[in-house]
Parts: sequence; C-alpha cells; structure tokens
Amino acid sequence: MPLPPNVSAAQWQEALAAFRAAIGEAWVYTSDEDAGLYRDAYSPVWGEEEERLVSAALAPRTVEEVQAIVRTASRFGIPLFPISTGKNLGYGGSAPNLSGSVIVDLKRMNRVLEVDDRRHFAICEPGVSYFDLYRHIRERNLNVWIDVPDPGWGSVMGNALDHGVGHTWYSYRDHFLSHCGLEVVLPNGELLRTGMGALPGAGTFGDFRYGFGPYVDGLFAQAGFGIVTKMGIHLMPRPEAFLHRRVLVPRRQDIIPLVDIANALEDAGLIGMPLYESPMFHAQFADPALRAIAHAPDVWNGNAIDRYAAEKGMAPWQLGLSFYGPEPVIEASWQHARAKFEKAIPGVRFDDVETLRFPLDEAGEEAVQHKVLTGIPNMNIFAIGARSQTNPEPADGHLLFSPMIARSGEEVLKAQRIFTEGMQDMGVDYPDAYGPFTAPFTWMPRIFALTTGMPVSRTDPAVNKASRETMRKLIELGARHGYGEYRTPPLFQDQVMGTYSFNGNALRRFCETLKDAVDPKGIIAPGRGGFWPRSMRKEG
Amino acid sequence: MRHALCAAALAGFIACAATAAGKPADQAAPLGKRLFDYHCASCHGTGIGNPGAAMKPGTDALRVKYGGELPALLSERTDLTPETVAYFVRNGVSVMAPYRKTEIDDAQLAALGTWLSRNNPDLKRR
Repeated sequence: MPLPPNVSAAQWQEALAAFRAAIGEAWVYTSDEDAGLYRDAYSPVWGEEEERLVSAALAPRTVEEVQAIVRTASRFGIPLFPISTGKNLGYGGSAPNLSGSVIVDLKRMNRVLEVDDRRHFAICEPGVSYFDLYRHIRERNLNVWIDVPDPGWGSVMGNALDHGVGHTWYSYRDHFLSHCGLEVVLPNGELLRTGMGALPGAGTFGDFRYGFGPYVDGLFAQAGFGIVTKMGIHLMPRPEAFLHRRVLVPRRQDIIPLVDIANALEDAGLIGMPLYESPMFHAQFADPALRAIAHAPDVWNGNAIDRYAAEKGMAPWQLGLSFYGPEPVIEASWQHARAKFEKAIPGVRFDDVETLRFPLDEAGEEAVQHKVLTGIPNMNIFAIGARSQTNPEPADGHLLFSPMIARSGEEVLKAQRIFTEGMQDMGVDYPDAYGPFTAPFTWMPRIFALTTGMPVSRTDPAVNKASRETMRKLIELGARHGYGEYRTPPLFQDQVMGTYSFNGNALRRFCETLKDAVDPKGIIAPGRGGFWPRSMRKEG
Repeated sequence: MRHALCAAALAGFIACAATAAGKPADQAAPLGKRLFDYHCASCHGTGIGNPGAAMKPGTDALRVKYGGELPALLSERTDLTPETVAYFVRNGVSVMAPYRKTEIDDAQLAALGTWLSRNNPDLKRR
C-alpha cells in the first residue's frame, strides 16, 4: 500500500509506532491484506492508477484514542479518513479522497449510549449499525421506531453524516435533519460538542439541536472538519398501525396530478414517504413490444404508452402511500387521500397493499412486505444488482448518479427525457439506464432524486471506463439543466462541487477558507466534499 | 494470541446480542452459527426479499447460480470448507463487499467457517 504523501519511510515508521502506542498493536492494520480491505469494493477505478488506496487503517475504541490518533497525524502531517462502518457503497465505500490517507475505522466504537422512549431520541457511537440499534430497542421493548435506509448494515451516524436517507416520515427519513447533537474531535485533537452538548450538565443533548449561536453541525457532514464520535438522533414513537395503499393511474401524464396531491398530503403531515414506481419498468424486459415503445423517438408524447396501458390494463405509474398512527385516524386519512385522487384523475384505481398493527411478533415481522417502510432493517435491496433469474451475470457493484430534481410531475417527465436522450447520445444502454419508466425516488423530503446506477467490475477495466465517462457526462448534463448531485464518490466530488458554481464557486471558496482556518494541514479527510486545504489545492 | 483476544471480546458481544433481524439469539448455538445469524443471514438466510422476491438476495443468487445442483441456503451446503468461506468473506463476490477485520476477525472467521462446513463429509474424514 502507498505511503502517506510527503512522508518519508522513516517518518512513517515513527508515526506507526506512535499509533501503536496510542491504540494497541492489534488495531493498527498495515499489511496489504488488512489495509486492502478498505478499498472501495465498488470502485470504478479498481486496480488502476486513479484508485484511492490507503496506507494503513487504525481502529480506536475510545474518544481519547481518536484524539491521540489525530494529534499524532497532525505531528507528522498524515491525512486521516474516518469511516463509521464503511458501507457507503455506490458512493465511495470506505476509500478516501486522497491516496495514502490513513483510515480511522470507528466500527469498534459501537455502544448505544442511550435510547429514550418518552422523549424519543437515541445517542449512538459511530460503529452502531441500524441492525444494532433496532435490536437494542426490540430487546428492551422500547416504544420507538428507527428510520432505516435500504441496507441495514450501515452506521446510523455515518449515514446521517453522508446525508443518507430512509423511508418513513418527513422528519425522520432525512437522517441528517433528524440528528441532534454531535461530539467531534477537531483537527487539532480538541473535543467539541454541538447543540446542548456544549452546555455542561444540560441533559438535553438528544432533544434540542441548536443550543446557542451558529449552527455548525452541517460542517461535519460530507466534509473534513473533524471526526464525529457521538451523535444524537430523533426517533419516531411506535405507531399503533400502518396502512400501505397503492394508487394506480391510467395515463403517463397522470404523474402530474399524482405528484401534486401526494405533495399536499405529505407536506400536511398525512402520509409518510410517497413511493413512486412504474409497473412498466420491469414489464418492458418481459415484453419486447413495450421495450420497443420505450426506445421509440416519439415515446415522449405518451400516446404509445397510454395505448399499451389501456390494452394491457397496466398502469404507467403507481404510487404507494404509507400511513402511520391510530387505525381510525389513518383510515380516515386514507379515505381523504383516496377522494382527492378520485376527483383529480379519471380512471384511477386503488390497491390495499398491507395493513399492520403493532407490535408484531417475530413471524409477523418476517412477513412484512416492504420492511424499510416500517423501520425494520434488512438487506433486501441487494437483490438489485445481485445474481437473479433476470440478471444471471451480475456486475461487481454499481456507481450511483443521484441528481436532485424539483418535486413535480412536469419536472419528472422533463428530466427523464433529458437524461434518456443524453444517455442515448453517449451510446450507453443497460437495464437501469434512464428511460420513460424511470421513477423518482423520494427518500429526501421535498425533492426528487432521479437516481440511476452504472455497473462496475473488478476484472474488466473497460466496463469501469465506460461507467466513469458516462458518470462525468451525466454530471455535466445534469448541471446544465440545474440538476445537482446530493452525494457522489470521491472520484467525482471535485467535479460535482464545481457544478455548484454560483458567483465564481463562492460555496467552494468559502469551504476552502474554513478548511484553511480549521485544518490547514489537511489532516481530516482532505478533498472530502470537493474542497481542499490551500497546500493541496491545484493552484496551491 | 492477538486474534484469540479479539475473538473472546467479540464473542461476548455476539453472545449477549441477538440476530441481525432482531430475533433473540440462541445462546446455546455454536459461535459460528451465531456469527452467521448476525452477519450473513440477512442476505443468505430464509425468508422473503423485497416485494416480488420470494427469497433473500444472497439465497436467490445462489439458487440461480447453481440451478438446483447445490442448496441455495449456505447453511444447508455440504461442500463448503473453512478456506472457501474465508475467501468469500475477505474478498466478497459480485455485489457482496468484503468484511473487514473490525467486523469479523480471523478467529471469528475460523468459527464461521467451521460451522458452515460442519456438514462436509470430506472434512469429517480429515
């Protein structure tokens, strides 16, 4: 593995000795075999010169050990890259922005410090996964739910700090929005607590996020201003019941009133995450006629799709609605929603997908259809990409492109066409490529993500080259139309930050000013978020 | 010695924990079984996947890969060896990412491999 940049072999050995003295020899990983486990498993530059490799990995157990690591790194000018559980797959995994960085693996800091089911919050260390927190709550029969992303093995804290997202109510599925209070080791080794954590003896770390003065928590998400060692997060009280109902519309243009009504329902607090899908997406792989419609140049007028929908009785769009609360209340909310859709969309149909009453026993939990909608962590999302009947030769992972588009049906139709025709111009096509059946994701409240994935390979560099080139072009294409990524792998962070270019890249320049003040040597994750300290900037 | 100590510490964690799905752990089960339930069963266990999927993703992947020649469930395989298990845990395969040593240390990996290869008749003859 490479040495840290600008560090001699002798200095490196001296630094390793200091790290070993600080955290114990067993937790300093330097062999290719051990440190190689921190490569991005979904790297689009696997085995190539551009791949971001680590020099070593350190696994501290306590905040004091993290502080000792940071002070040692500062003494030797060694860049660190903290990970919580390192499961940011598709967006960089555990790999750093700068080759030669030392990983600070926080997985061993895995205590659930507190769960309060009367004030509805938890305080966790970085290594606590969604599975761990769920289990902690369930074993104690606490009256709270967690909101989970698709894969349950990731860190509750790490996900929030990467602006990760889930699947229930507005105020819980934006995981950074729902966090409350951070404890951070700063680049000089000093310990900071934000919000009420800054007031000794307050006892409200997990309750009130602002405390007094500037709200600085945002600096510690998607950025290298410190290593977060503790985080509070607001939790949802366990509801009495859950309804999942489906709205199916007969025409392509019906996406417009469908979104308008769902927006109104959600922003009024009547539903959880709206779940948009197109039944035609999967159907196109079983019916060549539908696939041909999808690829025809005139598909965008919707006529052929509407004819196919009428002939087959297949909806171009469906919307899943989740209701949480007392059963009579949510049944009334559903009837209210249903009436809105019936009034606005001729020919609309409805399905009763699922009704659950809590708590569930073990068998009941296992039978839940779409577990993330009810806060049950699982790994079922890996079916996307894994070997299956319809994907007999799977890729080794994927590269995710997640542009954010305005939350309207018109914008969905517009963005679909821009990205589909853009990909056609690029000459790329694969099952997840954009098309007229690409549905928006609603993980993040008040915005749509029109996410797609491109394949990566650990054996075929040509696949990776094509995906990288496609990614770079999509970022540029999206930015030209005002669509920006909310999250991207290190390889693309400079480019994405460059697209947020208002007033001569004032945002990036401000971040650089802060970085120069807080971490001038670039000790903590230099380059993370697409900005660098002066000493590492291209013009520097 | 280093790995034995790590294993002892983490075995204690697993022993007082439950499975990844939140079920109570079977305290009497071998360490390898408890590790399988904790780390592997959410993809390679029994049960349904997301809507439309009759199996969990790892189980379905192996069903398609072997087309009935081998069991889809890893826990029912009779051909696994500790070495095979260690290879896939440390290297991953397809969309399964490798596990680092802070997640499954070498001693735990050996216990996992021992449990998953318990039904291998060739190993019983060793």
